[in-house]
Amino acid sequence: MSASAPVISAKNVWKLFGPSPESYLKSLAAGRSFDEIRADGYIAGVKDVSIEVARGEMLVIMGLSGSGKSTLVRCFSRLHDITGGTIEVDGQDIMSLTERELIELRRNKMGMVFQSFGLLPHRTVLDNVAFPLEMRGQDRYDRRERALEVIKLVGLEGREEYFPRELSGGQQQRVGIARSLAIEPDIWFLDEPFSALDPLIRREMQDEFLRLQEMLGKTIVFITHDFDEALRLADRIAIMRNGAVEQCDTPDQIVMNPATEYVAKFTEDVDKARVVHAKGLAKPVNGHALEGAPINGGSTIHELARVLVNDKRILLPVANDKGVVTGVLERDTALNVLLGAE
Amino acid sequence: MMATLSTDISDTRDGPWGQTKVLTALLVTALALILAKAIGILPEWLNRIPEAAIPPTAQVLDAIFNFIQNDLGLIYVTRFIAEGPLEFLLDTSANLLEGKRRWPYLGPIPWSAIAAVAAVVGYAVGGWRLAALGAGTFIWTAAIGQWKIAMQTMSVIVVAAPLAFLLGLVLGIAAWKYGWFERLLKPILSVLQTLPFFTYLLPAVIFFKVGPTAGAVATITFAIPPMILMTTLGLKKVSPEVIEAGQMSGCTRWQMLRHVYVPAARTEVLVGVNQVIMLCLAMVVLTAFIGMPGLGAKLLAMMGSFKLGRSFEIGVTIVLLAVTLDRMSKAWVLKQPVHFERGTPWWKRHQISLVALGLFFGFTLLAQVFPILAEIGRKQHLSQGKEIDVVIKSFLAIDAIKGTTEWLRWFLNVKVLIPFRNTLLAIPTPAFILLVVSFAYWVGGRKPGIYAAIFFTIVAFSGWWDRSVITLYTVISAVALATMIGIPLGVVAARSNRWSKSILLACDTAQTFPSFIYLIPAIMLFGVNDVAVVFSILIFAAVPLIRYTIIGLSNVPPEMTEAADMSGSTRRQKLMSVQFPLALPTMAVGFNQAIMFAFFMVIIAAFIGTQDLGQELQRTLAGTELGKNFVLGLNVSLMALTFDMAISSWAEKRKRALGLD
Repeated sequence: MSASAPVISAKNVWKLFGPSPESYLKSLAAGRSFDEIRADGYIAGVKDVSIEVARGEMLVIMGLSGSGKSTLVRCFSRLHDITGGTIEVDGQDIMSLTERELIELRRNKMGMVFQSFGLLPHRTVLDNVAFPLEMRGQDRYDRRERALEVIKLVGLEGREEYFPRELSGGQQQRVGIARSLAIEPDIWFLDEPFSALDPLIRREMQDEFLRLQEMLGKTIVFITHDFDEALRLADRIAIMRNGAVEQCDTPDQIVMNPATEYVAKFTEDVDKARVVHAKGLAKPVNGHALEGAPINGGSTIHELARVLVNDKRILLPVANDKGVVTGVLERDTALNVLLGAE
Repeated sequence: MMATLSTDISDTRDGPWGQTKVLTALLVTALALILAKAIGILPEWLNRIPEAAIPPTAQVLDAIFNFIQNDLGLIYVTRFIAEGPLEFLLDTSANLLEGKRRWPYLGPIPWSAIAAVAAVVGYAVGGWRLAALGAGTFIWTAAIGQWKIAMQTMSVIVVAAPLAFLLGLVLGIAAWKYGWFERLLKPILSVLQTLPFFTYLLPAVIFFKVGPTAGAVATITFAIPPMILMTTLGLKKVSPEVIEAGQMSGCTRWQMLRHVYVPAARTEVLVGVNQVIMLCLAMVVLTAFIGMPGLGAKLLAMMGSFKLGRSFEIGVTIVLLAVTLDRMSKAWVLKQPVHFERGTPWWKRHQISLVALGLFFGFTLLAQVFPILAEIGRKQHLSQGKEIDVVIKSFLAIDAIKGTTEWLRWFLNVKVLIPFRNTLLAIPTPAFILLVVSFAYWVGGRKPGIYAAIFFTIVAFSGWWDRSVITLYTVISAVALATMIGIPLGVVAARSNRWSKSILLACDTAQTFPSFIYLIPAIMLFGVNDVAVVFSILIFAAVPLIRYTIIGLSNVPPEMTEAADMSGSTRRQKLMSVQFPLALPTMAVGFNQAIMFAFFMVIIAAFIGTQDLGQELQRTLAGTELGKNFVLGLNVSLMALTFDMAISSWAEKRKRALGLD
């Protein structure tokens, strides 16, 4: 399998809830809207979604409650059976898996973190974290070793013997994270992992999460209803509404070029300078004469504010993290973003 | 009241046949029949169903039972179970607890060892108070000289309760897993829960031979239904995220059940365990009616010979046992695991078990040296039966007391009960059925109305109509009196937090008593007659009424009472227009339970001497008339179910309308 092949590839995925969804989907006319489908007595949890997740990428699925984001991620892990379309994980159609194969897939490749943690109340932290290992039959010594390792990783050392209800919300979610990482999954699903936490703790957990991701480099599907959280974490954001994906793009693109009015409404109040990166705003070099020191493409416009204001050049060269110039930034455009003038 | 109720719950689908019209039609017909009888123009076949028209249900049932029992050979299977594994278990427990001469020939375990272990278990689940309760109960039992009979009772419970738990768990899981099985089980369970216990006893005796085995089988059957319901409920309530977490951890189906579902449903399963234990105790005491030795039999004998002192002492023992078992199993429900710090040594982690073991063997050894720790002999015990007897009897003989009870007896009997009974008996059968149907229809809606018609028609054709009416009369009078006492009491108690707490505690405790206990004060005060019957049912049925009135009133959301206060309502206005309407659905649950309890108790009261179905049922126990036993039991069950369906349907509709729950 090549490194560039997507880890998860969903094509025209449908998930309908109702009395007999399959036959309804077959007779469904193209272009029928969510509300029309609802009038027919069905709920389109996921509506004709095609999306790919690349290896090592963090895809954030953003949407308000009822938009279908949780349903979609449950289709990826086959907690829900889809009604139509195909989902391939590592090139394998997951709908064709037998129960046994599916169990094996989950035991070895997938980890999931839940909004309300989903911890088993009768097991200690250690036993919760070791649970997936126990299920796949690892011996007691091995699983203890590995569980202690992940517990340490999420910073819960010394609490191995605690029961979930003896921990704070943030700590409980650390247990949930540790459990999902215990089997060293390739794909990591996080279903609104921080939504149930206080804002301060949430911020702390996001930092923690970024630290882990830097270290582990997993393929991640992260769900949130918090647009700021999405912007902070994502490589790409998919914005969902009524079961369908409205736009799937990098944070820069979503902020600068919202595809629909719905997406635009989310971006309205966002301080774009803090989201947009120099490289996102840069244009191809195309023979422009460039002079002077390049700016770092990975910095946000906000971070470059001082340079942008003080520099006298009209065009600024933009370099990637290796120092190679990859594009050119019009200072005026960047200043407009900085000042919120468009 | 009627107007608001009927508009609130009227079924809009009724169309032109509106509820009021149907009700009027039903009531007018009933009244016409009654009038016709009063002026003497009602043909006899409309007054009571003629003997000739009554199908020989009992005989047919008998034939069927005979076929299953002998021709199909079921009796060999059941007798095998009875004489094989079940008897083995019962003999083992009987040997250990009361020293019956059977394998393993180790018992009896000294009472002091059992009391010590009970104390440790009490401490483990609920601290020092439960430890004292556990030890105290067993010390009392031994000291008062009832150890042997108490252990005869316990030896059945320790076998029946685990078996009922296991069967209930398995059936509960099956009902949760397979929809068709649940649909099949539901009606059977509701019949089982309303079936009078005498109906459990006779088949148990016939199929499982007289003695402890029959008692155990009846007890197990009696205790299973709530376990099934609690298991299914608990499994359905497991949070979807916990389930998904299990699936994502790669659990197989069995692993899901074993490691995720059942442990996550722990609370409900343990509540089921509590109910199993309490029902087992209640039933084991009642198996006295088929001659099972133990506390129940002794109590029955003592009450029969009017030895009030001894009855009182046995009553205390039963109550103490009930409270201990209940408190301990409830504490176990609430007990959450607590972690040990890392590096806690082995003996510290298992400290409590080690202490229990140590005490057990310690006292067992000590008992070899000091026989009084093993068994308290006939001459040594502290029973004050005769003295208490004298005290109670002289207390009852005080003029004021005697005057009051006698006046009450006369008043209730002559002015209330007998006229009411004669009135009910005078109503022609069809009119009676119509009245019941209109009640069910008015309260519960169409479906309960239709069921009421079917159920009561079956009762009418069973051939036991008059006895059924007498049963119903006792239930209605007792529940009516209980309502008059219970609801005001609940209302008053609900006013203060402290009062409602202590009365709720008293009610919860009273509910754990085996129903048999309630006969003791009734007989003491009123002797052996109808008033005692009604009185014992009354106190038994008042408990849920008080309890649910308090719960209903104190669960009214505070913002609503605050809104009433700020609107300037007086206490009375607040009660009538805010608290009552919101509490009524909950209170209806209590009312329903009161009726169910009354149907249960009225059968037991046969012991005092009634003329109802219970009396006939009790008579069947002496023989082998399985068919008649079933018909009688089913009559009670059908009448109880009619009320159950009507009232719960009302409570549910009302709750939905108010947006509660």
